[in-house]
Amino acid sequence: MFQKDFASIKRGVLLCLLLSLCSAVFAQEDLLSLLGEDEATTDYVKASFKTNRVVNLHSLESTAGGVFDFKINHRFGFINGGIDELFGLDVAMIRIGGDYGITDRLTVGAGRNSFEKTYDGFLKYKLLWQSTGAKEMPISLALFASTAIRTIPFRDPDRENYVSSKMFYTFQAIIGRKFSESFSFQLSPTLVHRNLVATRAEKNDVLAMAAGTRLKLSKRLAINAEYVYVLPDQLAEIYKNSFTIGFDIETGGHVFQLHFTNSTSMIEKGFVTETTGDWLDGDIHFGFNVSRVFTVAKGKKE
Amino acid sequence: MKQSLVFMLALLSVSAIHAQKYFTKAGNIAFFSDTALEKIEAHNYKATSVIDLTSGQMEFAVLIKAFQFEKALMQEHFNENYMESDKFPKATFKGEIQNLSDINFKKDGDYTAKIKGKLTIHGVTKDIETTGTFNVKSGKISASSVFNVLVADYGIKIPTVVKDNVAKEVKIEVNIDYEELKG
Repeated sequence: MFQKDFASIKRGVLLCLLLSLCSAVFAQEDLLSLLGEDEATTDYVKASFKTNRVVNLHSLESTAGGVFDFKINHRFGFINGGIDELFGLDVAMIRIGGDYGITDRLTVGAGRNSFEKTYDGFLKYKLLWQSTGAKEMPISLALFASTAIRTIPFRDPDRENYVSSKMFYTFQAIIGRKFSESFSFQLSPTLVHRNLVATRAEKNDVLAMAAGTRLKLSKRLAINAEYVYVLPDQLAEIYKNSFTIGFDIETGGHVFQLHFTNSTSMIEKGFVTETTGDWLDGDIHFGFNVSRVFTVAKGKKE
Repeated sequence: MKQSLVFMLALLSVSAIHAQKYFTKAGNIAFFSDTALEKIEAHNYKATSVIDLTSGQMEFAVLIKAFQFEKALMQEHFNENYMESDKFPKATFKGEIQNLSDINFKKDGDYTAKIKGKLTIHGVTKDIETTGTFNVKSGKISASSVFNVLVADYGIKIPTVVKDNVAKEVKIEVNIDYEELKG
């Protein structure tokens, strides 16, 4: 009798040991793994460029919903003006404007460029947004349309002049990708329509292909470059392709863009079709863009 | 034989208690950075957590990108410049309740828990000790805790230009309503 009891106790102890071993193993498991796999979320790629401009060109980025982005752009004169012109610093063109994000995808903006006293307004819509996770999208695609009106008097006041003759339209698709944390690249097929052109040889509709890129050097510093290739036989000889290179410096709410460019105008129709500067001759402007964002309304969350 | 059966039953019931785990996938974790110049706060309502009531072990995980700020640019900078959320997508806490015997999860009331564990933010793991409160009310368990972390402890650099805008010490608030984890 006693022995039987002893045997069963022994078995009990053994079981006890076995089970406590089991629970010890259980206690060490990864508790969170009990919840299973994380639900897949869509990760929209952000900050492919520091602002919604490469420099002159619109970048892949949009102004966030509910945010107002105040823009001050400056272009000094050509640096080949020499010491007499203090390397261009005597002359200054300015565009003052603002962009507003109606949603995270839709941006509107307007501004005035002192160069030829031109007003411009634009609409930009991000149709495709590069993303990973539940929804995968390899690229971003934005559609852009802008109107500009020149307000300096007509050169020939004797002929019959129409307001419409001072108007310009630009249509652009901006296609690109943030390839890595530091490298982004975009292409923008562009159409500029001019209601009135200077000579018969010049086309009213000008087709161009623009490219822009960003290389991040550190968290707050990046090199940006852009080039606009105008397809041949559309513009007069004196017009050159626009090339711009510079730095983006980000300081909290501001982004400063310091750069060199051969374009005087800061709006699409200007730098695409009216760039006269030649880099090889030193027709280079030093310029800067300042962007300051203000949160006006609570952004519409996706 | 009878005795061993009793043993087994006793042990089984112990392991049944062992299985008493609670979880959430919608915990609220918020942080606050207060300086004279700027008040910054961000909320995350998608924190996951599992707590084992018998062993006192607890784990938390939170996706950095799910923190929501009032200002879109702040959120971008938070992810891009400070937390580098592409590299370090999650912050986690793995710890234990030190005074488990003081807490009766079966009885309504507020219980103060001493918690010790490892907090991982921005890829850096630190030991922390804090207190939290468990509220038990008609079988429902909720937990809350407030503690401070030094930004510099986790290898997050604040650049000089914004050193007056971002606090060196950030307050973290945790509020969780737990549900029973079945099966």
